[in-house]
Amino acid sequence: MTISTGKRLIGQSLRRREDRKLLAGRGRYVDDIKLPGMLHMAILRSPHAHATIGSIDLSHAKAAPGVRLVLSGAALIDRIGPIVPNWIIPGSKVPVRPVIATDRVRFVGECVALVVAETLAQAYDAVGLIEVDYEVLPAVTDEAAAVQQSAPQLHENVPGNVTTLYKVTGGDYAKANAEADQVISLRVINNRLIPTCMETRAVIAAPEPDGTLTVYIGSQVPHMHRRWIAETVGIPEHQLRVVAPDIGGGFGAKMHLYPEDLLCPYLARELNTPVKWWETRSESHQSTSHGRAHTEDIEVAFKNDGRILGLKVSTLGNVGAYLSNMATGGPTVNTVNFGTGTYKIDNYEAFSRVVVTNTVPVDAYRGYGRPEGAYIAERAIDAVARHLNLDQVDVRRKNLLHSSDFPYRPYGSTGVMYDSGDYQALLDKALAAFDYRGRSEECERLRGTGIYRGIGIAAYTHMCGMAPSRRLAPGGFNRGGWESARVSIDSSGRATIYSGSMSQGQGHATSLSQIAADVLQIPIDDIEIVQGDTRQVQAGHGTFNSRSMAVGGSSVHVSAHQVIAKAKKIAAGMLEVDEKDVSYSAGAFTVPGTDIAPLTFSKVARMAYVGHKLPDGVAPGLDETVFYDPTGMGAPSGVHLAYVEVDPLTGTVDILDYVAVDDVGTLINPLLAAGQIHGGVVQGIAQALYEEVSYDPENGQLLTGSLLDYAVPRAEHVPNIRSLFQETPSPTNPIGVKGIGESGSIAAPPCIVHAVLDALSPFGIKHLDMPLTPPRIWAAVRNARAGAA
Amino acid sequence: MPVQAAPHEVTIEVNGSRRTVTVEARRLLVHLIREDLGLTGTHVGCDTSQCGACTVEIDGQAVKSCTILAVMADGASITTIEGVAGGGDLDRVQAAFQDHHALQCGFCTPGMVMSVRNLLKENASPSEREIRHGLAGNICRCTGYHNIVRAVASLASKGDVA
Repeated sequence: MTISTGKRLIGQSLRRREDRKLLAGRGRYVDDIKLPGMLHMAILRSPHAHATIGSIDLSHAKAAPGVRLVLSGAALIDRIGPIVPNWIIPGSKVPVRPVIATDRVRFVGECVALVVAETLAQAYDAVGLIEVDYEVLPAVTDEAAAVQQSAPQLHENVPGNVTTLYKVTGGDYAKANAEADQVISLRVINNRLIPTCMETRAVIAAPEPDGTLTVYIGSQVPHMHRRWIAETVGIPEHQLRVVAPDIGGGFGAKMHLYPEDLLCPYLARELNTPVKWWETRSESHQSTSHGRAHTEDIEVAFKNDGRILGLKVSTLGNVGAYLSNMATGGPTVNTVNFGTGTYKIDNYEAFSRVVVTNTVPVDAYRGYGRPEGAYIAERAIDAVARHLNLDQVDVRRKNLLHSSDFPYRPYGSTGVMYDSGDYQALLDKALAAFDYRGRSEECERLRGTGIYRGIGIAAYTHMCGMAPSRRLAPGGFNRGGWESARVSIDSSGRATIYSGSMSQGQGHATSLSQIAADVLQIPIDDIEIVQGDTRQVQAGHGTFNSRSMAVGGSSVHVSAHQVIAKAKKIAAGMLEVDEKDVSYSAGAFTVPGTDIAPLTFSKVARMAYVGHKLPDGVAPGLDETVFYDPTGMGAPSGVHLAYVEVDPLTGTVDILDYVAVDDVGTLINPLLAAGQIHGGVVQGIAQALYEEVSYDPENGQLLTGSLLDYAVPRAEHVPNIRSLFQETPSPTNPIGVKGIGESGSIAAPPCIVHAVLDALSPFGIKHLDMPLTPPRIWAAVRNARAGAA
Repeated sequence: MPVQAAPHEVTIEVNGSRRTVTVEARRLLVHLIREDLGLTGTHVGCDTSQCGACTVEIDGQAVKSCTILAVMADGASITTIEGVAGGGDLDRVQAAFQDHHALQCGFCTPGMVMSVRNLLKENASPSEREIRHGLAGNICRCTGYHNIVRAVASLASKGDVA
């Protein structure tokens, strides 16, 4: 075994260890798994947004070739429990969500019946033979319409279609309003999105000969799925094994409990054979959670020098027909708690309502609430700068927090604390990289020639890795904030690390190995990472809320330190010296100041397992498990700048440059970190310019039902992203990381919107709602010109 | 009742091996590749021929294998991602993807690699604009395309022939 060179691996742009198999087509996603005797489930989905179900005729489907079972909701109502959300803000009214609708459907795509057949084609064929009588009811899809008195009511126990009321205040907004030189208001819409993982959802449940059940599922949270399936289907949790193999993207959409996650385990046990369900893309658009879907009314009070005195926000969060997993937490805690963004706004008043509508359930999607929160703060400050005709940078600089303000509780909040950061330095770095002055002059100069260019800025912060556990209960968050890691050294001194985090493409096999290698001081090739199997990994919460490095990485770090602490005891015994005289560096135990020969880690590992010479009180083995519960949360931050050109004749937007400067604390792997920024920024650009879920407001039909209609950007629709970093280590965890996955999708939407509005400022256009599509821009320019004429 | 289609025999050469399978007339080529031949590196990411995850080479041309029926491929020579490196190490496109961190979840990657090979075959030295345009048939949701474009550009700048 080679000895580590002792070079620190945290901070190195190592190439990913997981790439070779994925590049060679040897990845193993759920749909790649084929088991003997495996049957296929297909779902009949509601074609109506809102209807009562009359009779259901399953007879033709039952008689179709290859069909083994056909069921409607009535057969399951007492067999599989309702789908219960995992985050319920206190006081929320929770509508009952049956696994399959029984008497009433509430969105296009809701499960109405299922078929299990020998082949997938046979299952689809038979689904087409099920006959259902519906009586169509009036539907409502828009959050603002749903809270009107005349709106159709979705659930008897949710009067007015509002499940949750939430309020947060700090300082005295009324006073700020009275003292302000001016007050402006704006209404902004955060467009509904489809997360669009390239791998759709899939589930296989397989009974094992020993009576246990294995469930293969592309889950960001395998242990949570084990708990939810166990509780809802009624399977003892210890007899359930959840395996998440390679996952083709998650972005939040794969951290929720869906009907199919419960149906396959139930059916596999009923039929005593493996049952598989795989989601088509069009099915995905009407059954996998959507994101965003907010309307925000904002009022901002300010002085004529651009100083913001107060901010008032009213949020309507559309969560679709039922409360999905996290649904009550998104428009509330995750959004309005962060409404003041990176700015010192002491007087704050925010109110949010969580609204049900006849649409696909809306839940966490990359940033969940923080993109909406940052959009509030950024649209407000940009509107102030534009209203006062002041430089957008100057107004931001006047209101941005200073490094001396940290740790900082915005508006005196008890729930939000920004641990560390230096926003002014981020701004300086971004402006310099972007050449803000030069480009501002260029914009001015070109405007005279009929070329409309604009510069957009957005700053953001948020909090990652919800923790500590004991602080999550009052908010109704029904899980812990810890993560677990087991560092198991074998008798040759190599490490297998069992992590409760769950990569969906982030590259944990590489980044977690880097963290472990620095502590264990063994070559990275001597480290294996195991994730995504509840039978192997002791416990975990998985990957969401940009928590994997801050919480999962820290748990690996702490666990590896415990391994070294024990190894040091064993080494002391082997070297016959006092433990406190032993030091460990470059993969060897030494006794400084003596001529005692160094003892390699591998020899100590062998001793741990043969146990021939262990000090009194030291048990054999070198294998440590940690449940790491952070003391607080890291708050990444950043400043992004975009340079765009808008063609007023066609309404098209060309992004000429995009600079992202992010402070995500310690960088584990700069190459992978930049990759997270690129991907997040492009999802944010997609929200700003291209993507929007459309429903027909009259009948609730989903109009963006496939990738033909829903505009996911291609390579030619997006620019290069210049990603730069600033590192202010987080004091909340031992490695100083803050979280990175959501940064880009939080910063990019306001950044792009501001750039386009800047380009359109000669036309007097002050606000446009996303997505800024060519027709929307073209119409705004035309209307502005008509108004001016 | 659904019509029980008569089975058809399809013979194709896949990654250098001659294979004969019996399929329903409605079977798509991608399902023949994945289900009948067990070559699961070719992925299905949509149902409207938008995403390109199923891209393979048919008689030297990149084709989305969900756009044709298996029976239409009878007699064709097909290369899938599993055959790209000829059973050896990564080919130069795959190696460039790893070096430039041009993949994250890896789901779009096989189709993307097949399209890049085709792009470089048609234009050995594409500009950035040509690269972006050349990959318009393949959707990636993780990378924002930035590092994919860099990976391809690294091959283009060398002026190699694909």
